[in-house]
Amino acid sequence: MLLSFLLILSVVLLAVGAYGIVAPRYPEGSHRVYATTLVICTVFLLLTAGYLAVRPQAFSLTLPFGLPWLGMHFRLDALSAFFLVVVNLGGAVASLFALGYGRHERAPERVLPFFPAFLAGMNLVLLADDAFSFLFAWEFMSLGSWALVMAHHRDPANARAGYLYLVMACFGTLALLLAFGLLAGPDGGYNFAAMRGNQMTPGLSALVLALALLGAGSKAGLVPLHVWLPLAHPAAPSHVSALMSGVMTKVAVYGFIRIVFDLLGEPVLWWWGGVVLAVGGITAVLGVLYALMQHDLKRLLAYHTVENIGIIFIGLGLALAFQANLMYFNAALALTAALFHVLNHSVFKSLLFLGTGAVLAATGERDMERLGGLIHPMPWTALAFLIGSAAISALPPLNGFVSEWLTFQAILISPELPQWFLKFLVPAVGALLALSAALAAACFVKAFGITFLGRPRSPVAAQARETDRYSLTAMFVLAGLCLVAGILPGLVIDGLAPVVGLLNGGARLASQHSQPWLTLVPVGPLKSSYNGLLLLLFMVLSAAVAAWLIHRFASDATRRGPAWDCGFPETSPMTQYTAGSFAQPIRRVFGSIVFQARERITMPPPGDQKSARLEVELHDPIWERLYEPLAGAVVMISTRFNYLQYLTIRHYLSLVFGALILLLLGMVLWR
Amino acid sequence: MALIDYLVQGYQMALVLLLAPLLTGWVRWVKARLLRRRGPSLLQPYRDLAKLLRKDVVLADSASWLFRVAPYLIFAALWVAASLVPTFAGGLPFSWTADLIAIVALLGTARFFLALAGLDVGTSFGGIGSSREMMIASLAEPAMLMMVFTLSLLAGTTELSAVAHFMMTAHVGLRMSLGLALMALVIVAIAENARIPVDNPATHLELTMVHEAMVLEYSGRHLALIELGSALKLVLYLSLLGCIFAPWGMAMAGAGLNAYLIGLVAYIAKLAAGGVLLALFETSIAKMRVFRVDQFLGAALMLGLLGALLLFVSRSL
Repeated sequence: MLLSFLLILSVVLLAVGAYGIVAPRYPEGSHRVYATTLVICTVFLLLTAGYLAVRPQAFSLTLPFGLPWLGMHFRLDALSAFFLVVVNLGGAVASLFALGYGRHERAPERVLPFFPAFLAGMNLVLLADDAFSFLFAWEFMSLGSWALVMAHHRDPANARAGYLYLVMACFGTLALLLAFGLLAGPDGGYNFAAMRGNQMTPGLSALVLALALLGAGSKAGLVPLHVWLPLAHPAAPSHVSALMSGVMTKVAVYGFIRIVFDLLGEPVLWWWGGVVLAVGGITAVLGVLYALMQHDLKRLLAYHTVENIGIIFIGLGLALAFQANLMYFNAALALTAALFHVLNHSVFKSLLFLGTGAVLAATGERDMERLGGLIHPMPWTALAFLIGSAAISALPPLNGFVSEWLTFQAILISPELPQWFLKFLVPAVGALLALSAALAAACFVKAFGITFLGRPRSPVAAQARETDRYSLTAMFVLAGLCLVAGILPGLVIDGLAPVVGLLNGGARLASQHSQPWLTLVPVGPLKSSYNGLLLLLFMVLSAAVAAWLIHRFASDATRRGPAWDCGFPETSPMTQYTAGSFAQPIRRVFGSIVFQARERITMPPPGDQKSARLEVELHDPIWERLYEPLAGAVVMISTRFNYLQYLTIRHYLSLVFGALILLLLGMVLWR
Repeated sequence: MALIDYLVQGYQMALVLLLAPLLTGWVRWVKARLLRRRGPSLLQPYRDLAKLLRKDVVLADSASWLFRVAPYLIFAALWVAASLVPTFAGGLPFSWTADLIAIVALLGTARFFLALAGLDVGTSFGGIGSSREMMIASLAEPAMLMMVFTLSLLAGTTELSAVAHFMMTAHVGLRMSLGLALMALVIVAIAENARIPVDNPATHLELTMVHEAMVLEYSGRHLALIELGSALKLVLYLSLLGCIFAPWGMAMAGAGLNAYLIGLVAYIAKLAAGGVLLALFETSIAKMRVFRVDQFLGAALMLGLLGALLLFVSRSL
């Protein structure tokens, strides 16, 4: 009943997409589309959250569409319900934001049809219960988002982003297709229930895991498959960027979890846990280092998504390693950390992209070097963006800290792992995680500080106006969630318990909401505990007492004057620190190794009127070492075989004949 | 939990706040003596704070609301963090509010807002301070967390009271990993408190400043709060070193008045000794170039990682 209602809602979303084709003709069309998606996503969100809150049991449904011998299977269980909550929370808030932001859209006819379709695609991926519907919905989601990336396709950078995205999406789907083929086995049991029953050899299950890592990882943005992400996510309109970065990457994580933790069933080989862990650690650090080098605000956020996906995969890798060693309690902690971070990242990354959208609407600019001082004209946007920045930098008492803290706790209980490889790997990954957390704070001091603080660096930044009410409401809903999930993490963890139990053979964390003062005690008393609520209370109390005492008994007089700046204030805003100069120390310390960063200073001789120049040279190691040779090889092979395009019919016939003979010979030899 | 325990907790909160300027004065006095100067009175930091609190605030024209809120936030975060570290007594009623990882992150919250405040007015000195502070933090924070890893692998907990208890009771002995962790923590403490050789708290050359460059635009009560916050941070790090590596004399909750008094005397003695060592170290070394700092802190990170690795390999190292 619930499941069929959710499916009907998804179909309604598709219908709204169809209306979106004609909507731009009406003055209220854009408003109607976003209002409808807002309502549908909210209903979806409430239903699935309610389903998670009561003791959930799985529902399934088969429809007579799709492949004739298979039909279309759909299923709702705790795992898909949790991810549905994430998707529809993002969808509802993005729709609310778009009620205001959509007015600024230059090409609504390229956005309105695809936005609801994209949402429907993501929801259907999460509900699918056989390989065909899963891949169909997955491709629907990919193409919908591709169309949104191409909304402003006249810009050559966007066209390039769209092309790269398409290539990587095809690659990912191919990997998933092969993974499902292996899972289905020779009998072709393409529905998920049959796959769960299949017994696989260790070699085959390792292969499935590798393919799932490639397929889901390319969509989620694992290094080195992340290259399309920082180009494609910023190219879309901001509310769609929020959905792509905050939500679609989570659907990819869902795909990985569904295949590896659910369909594969048996715990796989322990060393695959190590591989996932190492990939996660490297992704986290490289993602944030790339982000630090950007001065385009949206691209910075997109690279930062790569970092957070790395953190999620660290949790998943630990869970795999624990499960392979049958340590289900430890695995429950690692899984809880990963899933908590899935929720957290979707909240604060959507918030930050929406904030960027508000800045973009107010100034038309996303290059931080031309912004600055926006806290004065846009105080509320600045506050929301500040909360998002603090949350993503893992600062207590906000939510990002809780999931990183849980990941650290999971790392700290891993010396119990018996394998030596993991014993060496886990502390190294812990160091990488700590490094990425510290670099993330630097990255968001830069993002917030250069964009919103200081003095305006361009006329557009000086003339900015506060954004509309819809957009502000959307941002503050998310900012509020950052705070609530940070101070009441026990409730979120209890909500995640059925999901963790489903993936982990029934083992889950102990109930947290019954702890005194709502403290978080994941491992055991006297082991580790954290109470964000009390921390916030103490901080608010001590700040309030200090402020009251000082203003009452000391001085509360304030004067305004020109900036001091050691006696030599520079009037030009160009003398401020820029995004590039802020990142310079970090570029010098880390970038000289990772990006081969070089700085060249050209000083004119004394007396010359020419200006001095500072040139910075950065190399993208992954693009230059992996993708350029790959693209070169593809071009070389295709030019080599180009002549095959211009043969006569006789040649083609003989080629066909030769291929047939070869294949038959191969068959004979193989038998 | 008895009422007396809550009183002791409140007392500890007040104690760190009141002791903080005294410790700063003590370090300055010892440094002056080592340089054969007479040095200011031990109470000078209190007088400075009182003077600053009475003065008007002069805000730059381009300062925003964040600039005015940040000092209170920074002060609150540092005060709460400093009062969650066990000083003279462990196992107090709220000691479980935040474990060591959370305390490190709370310091990160204070740093985040201080760095933002440095960028707020839009001057080049503020920017230089913020950008260098974040570079230093990007190495110091992981080094600190690696030290936390080492400790918690050894003690089996990240709760500071429990770590102190473990260090006092169990036969810990001399361990390789603990030595590495101690070195890492000392380096991080020097860097985080803006001490020589990483930064100079008494410098008058703006280009060499990190912490002072960030707070250049602050005046009056705001500056007083930030100064008090820095003093609290020094107390925090010395208490941390004391409660982990020298937990002698520390009382456990409910131990009675005598034990608390012994703990208090021991704690003040530890702070004084820490201050002397810090002053000795600072007078015996020159300040580093900014781009040497990463090597200094990178060493701390490696030491911490090595300590954690040793414990992953064997619990007995």
